[in-house]
Amino acid sequence: MKPRQRRLLFVALAVAGVALAAVMVTRALQSNLTYYYTPTQVANHEAPQGRLFRVGGLVKKGSLTRKDNVGVEFTVTDLHTDLAIHYQGILPDLFKEEGGAVVRGRLDGSGRFVAEEVMAKHDASYVPPEVAATLKQTTPGATPP
Amino acid sequence: MIPELGHFSLILALVMAALLGGVPLYGSFHGQSRLVALAKPAALAMWAYTFTAYACLTYAFVTDDFSVRYVVETSSAQLPLFYKVTGVWGAHEGSLLLWVMALASWSVAVSVFGGGVPTQVLARVLSVMGLIGAGFLLFILLTSNPFERVPMQPEGRDLNPLLQDFGLAVHPPMLYMGYVGFSVAFAFAIAAMLGGRLDAAWVRWARPWTNVAWVFLTMGIAGGSWWAYYELGWGGWWFWDPVENASLMPWLLGTALLHSLAVSEKRGLFKAWTVLLAIGAFSFSLLGTFLVRSGVLTSVHAFASDPGRGVFILLFLATVVGSSLLLFGIRAPRLATTGSFSLLSRETGLFANNLILLVMAFAVLLGTLFPLLSDALALGKISVGPPYFNTVMTPLMAALAVAMGAGLALRWRQDQARRLARVLGLPLAVALLTAVLAPWAFGAGLPGLAVLGLAMAGWIAFGSIAWAVRLRKAPWRWSGANWGALLGHLGLAVTLTGVTLVSVYSQAADVRLEPGQSHTLAGYAFTLQGVEQTQGDNYQAYRGTMQVTRGQDRIAVLHPEKRVYNVESMPTTEAGIDPGLFRDLFVALGEPLGEQGGWSVRIQYKPFVRWLWLGGLLMALGGAAGALDKRYRRLRQTGDVVPPSAALAQGA
Repeated sequence: MKPRQRRLLFVALAVAGVALAAVMVTRALQSNLTYYYTPTQVANHEAPQGRLFRVGGLVKKGSLTRKDNVGVEFTVTDLHTDLAIHYQGILPDLFKEEGGAVVRGRLDGSGRFVAEEVMAKHDASYVPPEVAATLKQTTPGATPP
Repeated sequence: MIPELGHFSLILALVMAALLGGVPLYGSFHGQSRLVALAKPAALAMWAYTFTAYACLTYAFVTDDFSVRYVVETSSAQLPLFYKVTGVWGAHEGSLLLWVMALASWSVAVSVFGGGVPTQVLARVLSVMGLIGAGFLLFILLTSNPFERVPMQPEGRDLNPLLQDFGLAVHPPMLYMGYVGFSVAFAFAIAAMLGGRLDAAWVRWARPWTNVAWVFLTMGIAGGSWWAYYELGWGGWWFWDPVENASLMPWLLGTALLHSLAVSEKRGLFKAWTVLLAIGAFSFSLLGTFLVRSGVLTSVHAFASDPGRGVFILLFLATVVGSSLLLFGIRAPRLATTGSFSLLSRETGLFANNLILLVMAFAVLLGTLFPLLSDALALGKISVGPPYFNTVMTPLMAALAVAMGAGLALRWRQDQARRLARVLGLPLAVALLTAVLAPWAFGAGLPGLAVLGLAMAGWIAFGSIAWAVRLRKAPWRWSGANWGALLGHLGLAVTLTGVTLVSVYSQAADVRLEPGQSHTLAGYAFTLQGVEQTQGDNYQAYRGTMQVTRGQDRIAVLHPEKRVYNVESMPTTEAGIDPGLFRDLFVALGEPLGEQGGWSVRIQYKPFVRWLWLGGLLMALGGAAGALDKRYRRLRQTGDVVPPSAALAQGA
């Protein structure tokens, strides 16, 4: 091979590799996006069935109930609509009633929201931005606690 | 009084930085050696004033000066002294000051250890660092002044309890030294472009500095992962959190830069590419700082946000990247590539390395910024979680591993497939055999991911060892560069082994236990003996006692805690961990449940989790060995630059 041909082959291989990687990255991104919905949107059937998504709001006062073993059930609200959350596991340290929480999970066949992960952020005075925005949307003027 | 002194020092540091950024640079273009000679004293003065400011802030912390807003927000009288000292960088303002401290320290280090570098070049390097320092000092003074006064408060709001840990003393300084350390390679690249001499010389000068910065960054990231593992409480070691990504991206680019510098130094190839990477690595450091400090991201590290700060850093980033790329565009055409290489050569291997690391960095960038973009363009609120990163990184890592296993054994310029097969046949066979056999030891079949991961790790490790054996020298005669290459690659193999095994074979259970009850996981019986209340310096705690047995053997007694801090009344989880080279046993308390003193408890079995960080340590050692290579010391004494051909003969 002449140096020129060699260089061409080299560049072609590199371009092919990067193109392959780009396709792979895009596909991975498409299939792994998790969208965020408010409880109101979930009630209006805007959220997908059976697919992972996130939902957030304030944890309703008095809604937290314990099930057998480490199961819990609680309600998140955007002060407009409530959504019941089912979760098996230990709640994060900063999870508390009347505090903000973001939950990742999916709607099962019977329309129950089953959480895989419950997030409450790492600072007592911190409200997740999504929750703040949700509250602003549904109740203008409300200040998150 | 002291805070005002600190504020004043900070202003003087800015003046010095601006002086350093302007005067020696001007002098170097107009042949005025007296102006050029200002570089070193100005760098020292910038450091001294920054340090004074930093010391003043520390003093305000230690003496509980609650008339300083930053102290009120990040400290309290009850806080133990150790955390008052480390708490200085526990929030935005102080951590920026730490950033500038790191930059000033690197500048002084360059002026002290840059012996072999011509005065004019050194002056330009220091000037570039002065300009960066001026930007950040201006940023601090305009938007994030840590010395701002408020009416005297009776008590502070305390340091975030998660930060009241030894990790805070280590992780941020290491990380920042790494981030900011890439500014040295960047400054050398800019100085070389300004001078129009992009020969092997700047590469030779910049290489050990890049190594050292990379060592700090590696330790910073590994340390952060370890800290998250035991302190965030739940045993995860990497969350693909945006801020973690912000440190991973410069690391990936920095790693690419290390390798590209090697090609440029030894073979005079990839010159333009190396300059671009030097710009890129530091730009990603700045981007990381922007992402973390502007509060645009939802993250475990996002404590406070202020859009004004974001705009400043974004503009600064745009200025730095824009002007250096412009300079690059003007100078790059001068960079004629000399020499050629065949498809099967170490050059090709290093090219593959660079390409893959770059794709990795951009994949991480895309995943990190996509939610921001989507939100800004009103396409919906999206999050990109770990599945994306794992899906993307696994095949890229596999490709990188293929290149790495062969990389060291490959010869420069041209290699023969038959020779390579002879050298690498055995390592490949051993790697594959290990990958298939080792999972048997864990039982539970032959998971594809375990085989893939172990095959990659084995191939890298055994391929590198095969190369080391063929050096035909006793280990104590190896050069620093030899050690660096071997340890760096082995380190990644060790980390990869840890990642694979802990991902595939970890076991975890969330259970409710009452005193006396036990739960069995991975052959270990965890018995909750009781939970009692105790008191710490500035917190109340529930302290559990958990006995771990295996058959008749008593393995450990663990004490997981649930703390509530007095000032912030914020609960935190302190895990009880029985560490081991081959497995960690990990228990964390959830919440009290029911009347009988029951608790929800998370129990985890984490095989080979220590290998994650052990590998990081090995990589860092490798980087340090490379930086200590004899030829750099010789360079410092004589200022000689060995021409690429001679370097090739002596080093490869």
